[in-house]
Amino acid sequence: MRAAVVVFPGSNCDHDTYYVLNDLLGIETDLVWYRQTDVDRYDLIVLPGGFAYGDYLRAGAIARFAPVVQALGEYIAKQRGIVLGICNGFQILTEAGLLPGALTKNISQRFICKTVQLRVENNATPLTHLFEYGQIINLPIAHGEGRYIAPAETLERLKRNRQILLTYHGENPNGSVDAIAAIMDETGTVFGMMPHPERNSERLFGSGDGLKIFQALIRELASSEPSNLRTF
Amino acid sequence: MHGLSEKEYETILKRLGRQPTEVELGLFALNWSEHCSYKSSKRFLKLLPTAGKRVLQGPGENAGVVEVANDWCVAFKVESHNHPSAVEPFHGAATGVGGIIRDILSMGARPIALLDSLRFGEQSRQLFTGVVAGIAHYGNCVGIPTVGGDIYFEEAYTDNCLVNVMCVGLLKRSELKRAIAQGVGNRILLVGARTGRDGIHGATFASEDLIGETAKKRPNVQVGDPFTAKSLIEATLEVCQFPELIGLQDLGAGGLSTAPAEMAARGGVGIAIDIEEIPLREESMTPYEILLSESQERMVLCVKSGSEQKFIRVYRKWGLEAAVIGEVIAERVYRVRHEGRTIAEVPIELLVGGVPEVDSFPSPPSLALSRPNPLAPFPLGEGSGERSWPASLKKLLQTPTIGSKRWVWEQYDHTVQTNTVIGPGSHDAAVLRVKGERFGIAVTMGGNGRYCQIDPYEGGIRAVCEGVHNLVSVGAEPLGITDCLNFANPTDPEVLWAFEQTIKGMAEAARAFELPFVSGNVSFYNQSEQRKIYPTPMVGMVGFVRDIEKRVPMGFAREGDRIYLVGKLEGKSGGSEYLKVFYNFGGGELEPTDLAVERALLQAMLALAERGLLRSAHDVSEGGLLVALAEKSIASGLGAQLELWDLSEETLFGEWPSRFVVTVAPGNEDALKEFVEGAGVPYRWLGVVGGDSLEMSGEKIAVQELVRAYESALRGIIAREP
Repeated sequence: MRAAVVVFPGSNCDHDTYYVLNDLLGIETDLVWYRQTDVDRYDLIVLPGGFAYGDYLRAGAIARFAPVVQALGEYIAKQRGIVLGICNGFQILTEAGLLPGALTKNISQRFICKTVQLRVENNATPLTHLFEYGQIINLPIAHGEGRYIAPAETLERLKRNRQILLTYHGENPNGSVDAIAAIMDETGTVFGMMPHPERNSERLFGSGDGLKIFQALIRELASSEPSNLRTF
Repeated sequence: MHGLSEKEYETILKRLGRQPTEVELGLFALNWSEHCSYKSSKRFLKLLPTAGKRVLQGPGENAGVVEVANDWCVAFKVESHNHPSAVEPFHGAATGVGGIIRDILSMGARPIALLDSLRFGEQSRQLFTGVVAGIAHYGNCVGIPTVGGDIYFEEAYTDNCLVNVMCVGLLKRSELKRAIAQGVGNRILLVGARTGRDGIHGATFASEDLIGETAKKRPNVQVGDPFTAKSLIEATLEVCQFPELIGLQDLGAGGLSTAPAEMAARGGVGIAIDIEEIPLREESMTPYEILLSESQERMVLCVKSGSEQKFIRVYRKWGLEAAVIGEVIAERVYRVRHEGRTIAEVPIELLVGGVPEVDSFPSPPSLALSRPNPLAPFPLGEGSGERSWPASLKKLLQTPTIGSKRWVWEQYDHTVQTNTVIGPGSHDAAVLRVKGERFGIAVTMGGNGRYCQIDPYEGGIRAVCEGVHNLVSVGAEPLGITDCLNFANPTDPEVLWAFEQTIKGMAEAARAFELPFVSGNVSFYNQSEQRKIYPTPMVGMVGFVRDIEKRVPMGFAREGDRIYLVGKLEGKSGGSEYLKVFYNFGGGELEPTDLAVERALLQAMLALAERGLLRSAHDVSEGGLLVALAEKSIASGLGAQLELWDLSEETLFGEWPSRFVVTVAPGNEDALKEFVEGAGVPYRWLGVVGGDSLEMSGEKIAVQELVRAYESALRGIIAREP
C-alpha cells in the first residue's frame, strides 16, 4: 500500500499527516508536490491542512486549479483509491466540486483552534468503521473557514445517502448547517473533514481518536479492492 | 529626516573625509539608528551574563542557540514590534511575527513555536483586537503553533502598546548556520519577496517617541504576507542542506541597508551590490528607496561562487524570487553600485558598530517610587460582603490581566506541527515534544512592568525568577534566556536609570541560576506626550523536560491529594493586582527576592518533579496565593478544603516572590517534606483536594462560579467589538 500527502505552497499540516501515516502507521508515504499529475500509484491521497496559496481570494479557490487536483478527477472516476481532504484539503475538494457544498467563514468571523466533540453519524464507511454508531469522539479543529453550507436539496441527498459522517456534538463551533463536520461523496471514496485527525493520533495528545480514522482507511484499503469501497 | 545627531554627522564627515552622498546618509541613518545599533544600551547590556556550557551561540547573531540533548539544539529570540503595532495594529503585529521567524530561520532552525507578550491600555479595544487578529493571521497561515505568552492591561500602555514576539526553532547541532559573508568572489543572493516601497525608514521610526507627526507614520509600517513566508521557510530549510551555503540573514529593520553590511562585518570582508539586480515590486524606485525598503519576507544568502543556480532553482520551485545581487569583496567596504556607477561606499567598521555611543548618564528619579502599602492586615469578612474572600477572589479572577485569555489563544493555531503537549491557557509554561525523543522542550515568556515601575532592580530580578518558576512548574530545567527590554526615551536620565537597574536585577538573578542570556532586543522611545510606559522587561526562556511523561500538570489532579505552599511564606504585597483593583493603588513596597531561597527552591522543585512526587505545581504570581489556588481548581474542575494559617488580605492576595503551590498524593507528605527541608526551603500545609468548591473558614465558592468569573474576564473589552 502506498499513500500520498499532497504539498501545495502554503500547506502546513503536510509533515504532520506524513508523520502519522509513515512513522506511526508504517505506510509507505510520499510527499507529493502539487505539480505532479501521476497519482495512480497511490491507494490513498491526502490533501492536508494549511493555507494553500495563502487561502487568498477564498480557501481552496486557487488550489483547485493545481495540476494534482485536476488529476484527482480521473483518479476518483476510475475508483482508483481513497481521497481524504483534511481542513484546507476539504475546502479544496469542495472548491473543485469533488465534494458537494462549500466551506465559508466561521460564524464568529474568527479563527478557532480547540478540541471539539464529534458524533459519529455513519460508521459503515471506510473512514469511520472503527467507531460505534453514535459514538462521541474528540478531535482538534483549527480553521477560519469551516462553516459548512449547502443547498437544501444537496443536504437532503447527503442525509438520504448517509454521506454525513461526523457532526459537531454539543457546541457547533463554526455555525455549520446541521453541525456537519465531515462528509463523503456518493462513490464513498472521497472524504472531507474539518477536524484534524493527525493532531489526535497519539496518547500524548488525548484519546487517539484521530489515529482510528487513518487506521480505518488503511484497513479498508487492505481488505477490499478499491472498486468495492462503496459501503452504504 | 535621517535622524542622525550632529555629533554623529561630524563623525561621518571625519571618518569618510568627505561629504556623504544621499544614499550613504540613508545607510548611516539605518545602521546607526538605536534600533539597529544599540548605541544607548550597549554599555548596559554588557552587564548580562552570556556564557554557559550549553550555549552554542550567544548574542551577536540573529538568535541565540543552546544545546538540549542528543545533538538537538534550540534557537530562540524575542523581538518587539511596538511602534508599528501602535499605528497599524494588524499589520504591525503580523510583521512582528514574520520578522522573528526569519531570525530563527537564519540559524538553520525550523521554527516550532511562537509566544507573544502583549501590553495594552485598559480601554484599548481596537489595538487589542487588531494585534490579536494580526498575530493570528500571520502565525496560523505560516504553520507555527502559538503556544504561550501573556497579556496585561494597564493605563501606562495606552499610547504605546507592546507587542513582543518570541520564536523558538529546533535544529541539530551540525545544522547551525550563521549570518556571515566570507570568501572573496562568493555570491550574494536576495531571496523571497520582491522589494517595494513599504517600511522605508522603519528602524528610524522605531527610534523616536510616538508623538504627533510620528504617530501618523503609517506608511512606515510594513505589510506582511504569511503565505510567502511559509514558502520562504520551506525553501530556505531546503537550501540549508547545501554545503555551498556560507551564511544567511533575514532582512529586517533597515533592509538591504543593514543586512549585507552586518554579514560582511562578521566575516571580516566587504560586499558590493548592484541595485539594478534587485527584483522590484513597483517601477521607478530610486536606489535610496530600494536600499532602505523594509519589504517583508526577504533574506540574504552568501553562497559559493558557481553554485548560485542550485539555490535559485529551489526558490523558484516555491514560487519565490531569487537573484544574484552582488559579491563578496576583499576591500572591507559596503559598496553600492547603480548601473555601473558607485553610489555609496562606506567602510564596514564605520557602518556597523562605528556609531559613537550615547554617553548620557542615568540618574535615579527625584521622587521615591516605592510607597508603603495601604493594607492593614485586618481580618476579612467583617463589614461588607464585597470584602469576603470569595467575592474578592471572584473580582480578581475577572480582571483582564489575571482572567482567562481563551478568547485570544483560541484564535491562534496552537496544535499545528503536532508537538504541543501542553498548550496555552492552563499551565505556567508550554511543553513541546521532539518527535522520536523522550525529552521535551518547555517555553515561557512574560514580564511584569508594574514591579519595575516601583523598583526596577527588584522588578528585573523578578522577571527572570518568574520565567524560571514557570518552567519549573511543568518540571523543566531552565536552559537559557532571551529578553526584550521595553522602555521610554533613553535620553531621559531617569528612564536610563530604570533601564540600568532593571538589567542589573536581571543579571543578578541570571547569575544566581547560572543562566545565560543568549539573545535579546531593546525597544526604546515607548512614550507619548502624555505618558511613558512602565519599564517592561519581557523574559523568554527555554527549559528541558528530561522525560516528557514526567511533566507536571498545573491543575489539582486527584481527590485527596495534599496541598502545600513551598517557598517564602510571608512578605510585602506591593505592586499587587489586589492593591490595584481594590485600592486603585499601583505602588507599594516590593518584598526583595532572596536569590539563595530561589536557588534552593529551584533545586527542590526539580528534584520533586524528577522523582514523580508532584501531582501538580503552580507558581504563585499575579493575584497571590488564593488566585493560584483558584487557578488550580479552574484547570481541573476539582475543589479543595483549605486551612490557611492567616486570612489577611496580605496573605491571601499579596504578591511576594519565591512560592509554589504543589500537591502530592496522600502518603507522599513525608517525601515532600524531606526534599523541601533538605533544601532549606520553608513550606506549609494548605489543605486537601476534593469536592466541587473552594472552602475555607466556613465560606466557600463553587469551582463552576470561579470558572465563570475567570472566563468572563475579557468580556468588558471584547464586548465592544464591532
